[in-house]
Amino acid sequence: MSEERGGAGDSFEDRLKAARSRRGLDAPSSGGSPWGIGLRVGVELVAALVVAVAIGYGLDWIFGTRPILTAVFVPLGGAAGVLNVYRLFAPKRGEGGGAHNG
Amino acid sequence: MAAEGSSSIDALSQFKLSTALGPIGASVNFTQSNMMMVIAGLLTLALLWVGMRPRAMVPGRLQAAAELAYEFILSMCTETIGPEGRRFFPFVFSLFFFILFGNLMGVFPYAFTFTSHIAVTLALSLLVFILVTVVALKEHGVHFFSYFVPAGVPKVLIPLMVLIEVISYLSRIISLSVRLFANMMAGHVMLEVFGAFIVMLGAAGAIGWIPAALSLSVNTALIGFELLVATLQAYVFAVLTCIYLHDAVHLH
Repeated sequence: MSEERGGAGDSFEDRLKAARSRRGLDAPSSGGSPWGIGLRVGVELVAALVVAVAIGYGLDWIFGTRPILTAVFVPLGGAAGVLNVYRLFAPKRGEGGGAHNG
Repeated sequence: MAAEGSSSIDALSQFKLSTALGPIGASVNFTQSNMMMVIAGLLTLALLWVGMRPRAMVPGRLQAAAELAYEFILSMCTETIGPEGRRFFPFVFSLFFFILFGNLMGVFPYAFTFTSHIAVTLALSLLVFILVTVVALKEHGVHFFSYFVPAGVPKVLIPLMVLIEVISYLSRIISLSVRLFANMMAGHVMLEVFGAFIVMLGAAGAIGWIPAALSLSVNTALIGFELLVATLQAYVFAVLTCIYLHDAVHLH
């Protein structure tokens, strides 16, 4: 059924979408409950940190430099977590031609 | 979710694996988790196969559900990934419905939620991660590694930024799997805790009946909430897969 899209049908789709968002029928995609957003931010921050600690610890294990690389990678992981959170709320890349590469 | 007769809340034993299918299952370590995975896969197939069998011009209920499911995922793919998204439609469809049925079946008493195990969600997110990386390498070759070099960064900072970008890229595995796992596990622990409240307070005599009734109403609301979370988390997993595939196909 969605095969009928494309070509002349696009304008109707666009108008329908605009009408739906005017009426508030389409939930905003980036929204969600505050609880959901909080959980996502928390997971992103922790995930980056976990990966960074794993990399640092693994490299320490390989090179035998026990605390140094772990210590180096922890702030990097924190930075990556902040980057993840920034990407979460940054303006969408593919939308409206705003070529924003985060 | 059986806490009958126990005097302490044992919220985590529901996630314990045991073998299914009697001695045959026991000999190959086929757990109830695997059993639910098989059922989830079969339900996905059944939805499409049984649903589309009438091939009616005006669909019945099941056929309408199957068509809705198909179009929902197809539009998700094409809108998020772009026109190339059609190639990934079968993957995203299977992934979404596998997780959705796994989550939804878990709400039933005596059923097991396989998505509440980090081993399962981690395997799923590793599958997505490896697919995304392979697709990106196939599409762009060595150029893929420019993904880790953000544009407009001073030369001095590039080594640092590359490291951070690589960590950020790898952290997708963790965030994708932990989000699904934590949501499902937390919901089921809550159900179990409030279920135990009902039993324990109800057994405490007339004084406990009002709080027991309150716990029952909380649990009723939680079941509804679990249905929402089950659908939402399957959706989030599929949408994030699509976003990652978009990044792989388009790099930035």
